[in-house]
Amino acid sequence: MTATSLTSSQGAGRAGDKIFSGAALAAGCLILAVLFGVALFLVVQAIPAFVAPAEDIQGGEGFFSYIWPIVIGTLIAAVIALVIATPVAIGVALFISHFAPRQLASGLGYVVDLLAAIPSVVYGAWGAAVLAKEITPVYNWLADNMGWLPIFAGPASATGKTILTAGIVLAVMVLPIITSLTREIFLQTPKLHEEAALALGATRWEMIKMTVLPFARPGIISAVMLGLGRALGETMAVALVLSSGALTASLIQSGNQTIAAEIALNFPEASGLKVSTLIAAGLVLFVITLAVNMVARWIIGRHKEFSGAN
Amino acid sequence: MSKRIDVKDLNVYYGDFLAVEDVSISIEAKSVTAFIGPSGCGKSTFLRTINRMHEVLPGARVEGEVLLDGDNLYGPGVDPVTVRSQIGMVFQRPNPFPTMSIRDNVLAGVKLNNQKISKGEADALLERSLRGANLWNEVKDRLGKPGSGLSGGQQQRLCIARAIAVEPQVILMDEPCSALDPISTLAVEDLINELKDEYTVVIVTHNMQQAARVSDRTAFFNIAGTGKPGKLIEYAETSTIFNNPAQKSTEDYVSGRFG
Amino acid sequence: MTSTLTPTRKRSALTKGQLPKAAPYIVLVVALILGAAILALIGFNAFGWGVVSALLFTVGLVSWSGAVEGSRKAKDKLVTCLVVGAFLVALLPLISVIWTVLVNGIPGIVTPGFLGNSMNGVTGAFDNKSVEEGTPVLGGIYHALLGTIQITLLATVISVPVGLLTAIYLVEYGNDGRLARAITFFVDVMTGIPSIVAGLFAAAFFFAVVGPGTKTGAVAAVALSVLMIPVVVRSSEEMLKIVPNELREAAYALGVRKWRTILKVVIPTAISGIASGVTLAIARVIGETAPILVTAGFATNINNNVFGGWMASLPTFIYTQILNPTSPSNPDPSTQRAWGAALVLIILVMILNLGARLIAKLFAPKISR
Repeated sequence: MTATSLTSSQGAGRAGDKIFSGAALAAGCLILAVLFGVALFLVVQAIPAFVAPAEDIQGGEGFFSYIWPIVIGTLIAAVIALVIATPVAIGVALFISHFAPRQLASGLGYVVDLLAAIPSVVYGAWGAAVLAKEITPVYNWLADNMGWLPIFAGPASATGKTILTAGIVLAVMVLPIITSLTREIFLQTPKLHEEAALALGATRWEMIKMTVLPFARPGIISAVMLGLGRALGETMAVALVLSSGALTASLIQSGNQTIAAEIALNFPEASGLKVSTLIAAGLVLFVITLAVNMVARWIIGRHKEFSGAN
Repeated sequence: MSKRIDVKDLNVYYGDFLAVEDVSISIEAKSVTAFIGPSGCGKSTFLRTINRMHEVLPGARVEGEVLLDGDNLYGPGVDPVTVRSQIGMVFQRPNPFPTMSIRDNVLAGVKLNNQKISKGEADALLERSLRGANLWNEVKDRLGKPGSGLSGGQQQRLCIARAIAVEPQVILMDEPCSALDPISTLAVEDLINELKDEYTVVIVTHNMQQAARVSDRTAFFNIAGTGKPGKLIEYAETSTIFNNPAQKSTEDYVSGRFG
Repeated sequence: MTSTLTPTRKRSALTKGQLPKAAPYIVLVVALILGAAILALIGFNAFGWGVVSALLFTVGLVSWSGAVEGSRKAKDKLVTCLVVGAFLVALLPLISVIWTVLVNGIPGIVTPGFLGNSMNGVTGAFDNKSVEEGTPVLGGIYHALLGTIQITLLATVISVPVGLLTAIYLVEYGNDGRLARAITFFVDVMTGIPSIVAGLFAAAFFFAVVGPGTKTGAVAAVALSVLMIPVVVRSSEEMLKIVPNELREAAYALGVRKWRTILKVVIPTAISGIASGVTLAIARVIGETAPILVTAGFATNINNNVFGGWMASLPTFIYTQILNPTSPSNPDPSTQRAWGAALVLIILVMILNLGARLIAKLFAPKISR
């Protein structure tokens, strides 16, 4: 190679750098644009439902009267799912991280991933065909013995297609999400803390209570919030399992509806203002899940800052 | 094919932090120059400014001039990529590309830049570079095997062969032996001695015996304290630095009284 | 034999006050027997037996431990029982789901023509006939399988470049600046978008741009991309981050440009992880039902054009066959087809998951440490 002057650059490469970094930047911006677009297009298509005269909206009393029962229904289903899934998920995560033999643990982690991989429509079909049938005797028992509680007021649904069944199916679906997130956080507990506790003569449970749970609390909360976000937006489990109807307090009768299922059941045949109404309902769901997810991410972000040690 | 380097009044900053202050030094062609000094004294940082590798880190910038046979590396219109193809670098830890064979590792500089090269030329370049790095005899039967299968010392010589293959004027080495065992270190040191017949070699080392063994001239860097900038304290023939230094702090350092 | 040579079999001081090793097994056997007895009184069933025995086991072991070892050890045993119990409870639905799909799905798939035929021309009359006269169930999932593959492929073609380039921006160019942090945050937010909302977005977008009522495979692919892109970004980002900086520096020091370094050194080093992440992302969206429901409509015939006309997919096929059976009076053939399709779908997802693991394991470059 002869001595080249430093300014005689090697040709085309420089343009390649510009094009490539530009493409990367454009892709990043596209994602922001898509998210902005999601919000924008939903709003634009939903506006007719907000401004339409009240009697034109389904139910005849305006958008608000239409949306609030299904918002409540969505919340009921999601809360049932979390009440069931959270303790079980924490138990499973603890089992995998601290109780199971080491060779078994990674295999069990895979089983949990497997649970997460099953498509929601399969869970929905299972809930409708198997769980609803099997659980009917339990509902009858609840109606007979605990019917004085409004949530268990009888007569129980004969098909078992109730909001409680839908909630249980949702619980099965969010369980792996909460489990895998909490398990990861449990595993991040500083080993030194754990060993210090064990060296003081603590039993395994005392060690977990003293070191693992306090360390993992923000992580558990955010995992539950992410599970909540998933449960709120899940469609199939509810659309297939629940025989929907008006808002009712009893969890073991048919009735209630969630936003996602309402959209899925009605959108394919909808036209005109009904489309707008359903898109507006989707917008409401989007806002609710967005809020839940942002709170969860915020908790995770804050948690990261003060646990920099790991 | 080697060039001299003249550095004039160079300051290196990381953001607002002045890391290296006011270095002026002239490095002869076809010689080995060693930079020594305690940890954090800025010798590696300074080394990286000689081929503009510091620019990889966000916020790093320099003031001053670095002249390669009179051409300013930091002049307007100078492409850092051109600078680096003329001033090669070998790093602290051997870093062969894990996805490439030994052959592809050596030819990486040519191939990654998409330069057209015939198979015959490539083979000649491969053998020349590997022979130049004293590695040919050890690997000539397994050129298709991954480079990460070699021992640490062999990997480091592979990295040197890779640097030679782009036919640079200058080779910079940032503590090239600190991750190697003594026998591999010896092999690399022997290689450095041979390299100076053709290249200008600059080596940063923590090991004063190594500096004494391989270098013609030695520069001693030091800092006044944490948060202070690193400075070039003394630069002279290696024998002078180790036997008869002009500065008190140089003498303290080479005699092992600190650092 | 003198007694001095035989070690006296006395319990060590360290094991005093402990339950014998066999204690859990003894309690388990007792609990199982008692449970069976109790269940026999009120009508035996396997599920009830399991629940009652588990409760008896917990109570028995904890109270025995409490009596011998004290309350701290007893509490520890109680928590262990609860944790193991939680795990078993979580396994129940998994086993039940897989069992149900296998039992109900196998008759579906072994029916001749199930994988090769569409539902075109299959009407309720055929289903009624098959129930009443025992003729084989007609119709299959070919159109749905084809639709799923087309929609998922198009979604992958959209998502992978966008997701990968974004990950490259975040890792190689973003420098953790304000824009990079905004993108990271919103990618996280995007992972939380309910799938039906993604579907509505795609529908709303195409309604506004192309015309009201536009429903094609491409709309569904856009909806799936919204769900897939964040997954691809997150996994690729993780993989690019673990490529050692030394490799980038080695390439720069050879006078290689940044974009070539990324294309020829960084991505090849991370490619197995990226490919495995993409496969997992595909596995995630291939089973999505809701977004396809609102974007691609239903079809009973084979549609080879992603850009025109309604298109079927496996998940929506399952959904419609269950909710609106082809023959409302005899839903059994539809149910059989639905479960068959569910089995095919689960097999697809499992293959993708296993494939992802294999790719990650087999093609990982050995980075010497």
